[in-house]
Amino acid sequence: MIYAVEQVLNGVQFGVMLFLMAAGLTLIFGIMNLINLAHGSLYMVGAYVAAAIFSATGSFLLGLAAALSAAVLVGIAIEIIVFRTLYERDHLDQVLATFGLILFFNEMVRILWGSTALYMSVPGFLSGRVELLPGIPYPAYRVAIIAVGLAIALLLYLLIARTRIGMLIRAGASNRVMLGALGINVRLLYTLVFAMGSALAALAGVMAGPIFTVESGMGESVLILAFVVIVIGGIGSIRGAFVAALLVGVVDATGRAFLRPFLTIFMGGSAAAKFGPALASMLIYILMAAVLFVRPQGLFPPRGL
Amino acid sequence: MSGRYVAICVALAALALVPAVATVADAPFYTGLFARIMVFAIAAVSLDLILGYGGLVSFGHAALAALVIGFVSLRTSGVYFIMITLAFGQMVYFVAIGLNEYGGDDGLNIARHSDFGAALNLDRPVVFYYFAYGLLLLFLFLGNRIVQSRFGMLLQGVKSNERRMIALGFPTFRYKLTAFVMAGAVCGIAGALFANLTLFVSPSIMHWTRSGEIMMMVILGGLGSLVGPVFGAAAYLILESVLSRLTEHWQAVLGPILILVVLFSKTGLYGIFALPRRRSG
Repeated sequence: MIYAVEQVLNGVQFGVMLFLMAAGLTLIFGIMNLINLAHGSLYMVGAYVAAAIFSATGSFLLGLAAALSAAVLVGIAIEIIVFRTLYERDHLDQVLATFGLILFFNEMVRILWGSTALYMSVPGFLSGRVELLPGIPYPAYRVAIIAVGLAIALLLYLLIARTRIGMLIRAGASNRVMLGALGINVRLLYTLVFAMGSALAALAGVMAGPIFTVESGMGESVLILAFVVIVIGGIGSIRGAFVAALLVGVVDATGRAFLRPFLTIFMGGSAAAKFGPALASMLIYILMAAVLFVRPQGLFPPRGL
Repeated sequence: MSGRYVAICVALAALALVPAVATVADAPFYTGLFARIMVFAIAAVSLDLILGYGGLVSFGHAALAALVIGFVSLRTSGVYFIMITLAFGQMVYFVAIGLNEYGGDDGLNIARHSDFGAALNLDRPVVFYYFAYGLLLLFLFLGNRIVQSRFGMLLQGVKSNERRMIALGFPTFRYKLTAFVMAGAVCGIAGALFANLTLFVSPSIMHWTRSGEIMMMVILGGLGSLVGPVFGAAAYLILESVLSRLTEHWQAVLGPILILVVLFSKTGLYGIFALPRRRSG
């Protein structure tokens, strides 16, 4: 029972991290109609900068601040240099240019920090365990991830539904030309949204640092999962991204933990040992295929945001 | 028979001389490089068939379970299609890693080259080279016939306006699925050749960045022209080979080059070097 609760919590924690990635992606797509494969690179930049600053100064919060500002700067730079000319272009052109960016960033990271993976430890003030439910201790760091993720989700919701900036973002998503005609600087708005997405990706990267390895190319696999999330949730919908991220996280974690023992009941230990892991890693893609088969537009087809 | 057509024929014919020149110049390395180029050219041509003519951006191309994947992914369109093929490509990658019997993520060593009897011994680089060359010519010819056929016209119609094609009464889903499966099969042949070339298969050739590379070749060469991808594959692999000898960090140079090509050229190398395309065939 303790094990089961732990696995579900792991799933929620992973899902919350995916949400941070997916929220940026879906926002950028919903508003600017841009597919950004380099979103994973921003995640990687965040993780690297945080790991480097953290090990140099010993302060996790300083590393976090540095990572966020670095990612925002990089994000704004690539938005101005590369993406501004791509908004009007075909999706294919965007996919290719951002693929070029991935190659570039992966290699730059290798030049700056070498090709061996960096190690990032859990910050001291979050190293213990907390008892969420009586009798079930859970690592404090993961609890913090869940808390931060949920807080960010709430903040994003308030920002988009309640503030003036959020109103402009929604207006930009539904009719950009009209918004421009009303005297709003749409270019600046785009840069702002892009910077926000970059910060979210970097935050996910920083939080992932102590859990996964910090290495070149670490953004790619997360990027694919974030795509799965926004396809399931409905592209452009933040609410959809939130629901789908938690769904994917929990399905993935519980699948990896329980599919093998579950299969053992039916097909014997050795066969289960063979198929269990393979099937577990396919599970979320099967989930995606099933959702798309029923609802090709995802769970929450966006109307605005 | 325009000048462009003649130039392409000359370029393709020149490929036949590569092994001979390489032997004379005592640089057998180039036979290998050009054999690689042709293997990837075949994959790129097959991708171009659905991408340049059918308008379907497929990232799962290196992973070829085309029928089932196509069936699910083609229910969606546009951006969804891009992301889904990406995801399915990754799924096949994970399955390949998971299956330990076929080597898991260590890959699978192949003891020897495919054997088609004494007449066709792929062990010898030169024989392999001409085998790949022949296949490439065959697929270019077939591709040309397909593009000009009713089926090819339909695909191009779907690309420019699918709704209109549906209104005209064509079952576009079936046509798209057929094109998807066909392209997948040809790419599978390229995959088999690749395995023969390196004698080693690992799931890394199915990683989505590999599909991305093939797509790069297509765009670099020029979309919607059958020989474009061949130029693209040549340019990409030669660039890779030259840059990787200059610096260990060649990807840091290649990335920006690709971005520049996307930003400043809409037609790729084919559009730069060939004459403007007229619709006379």
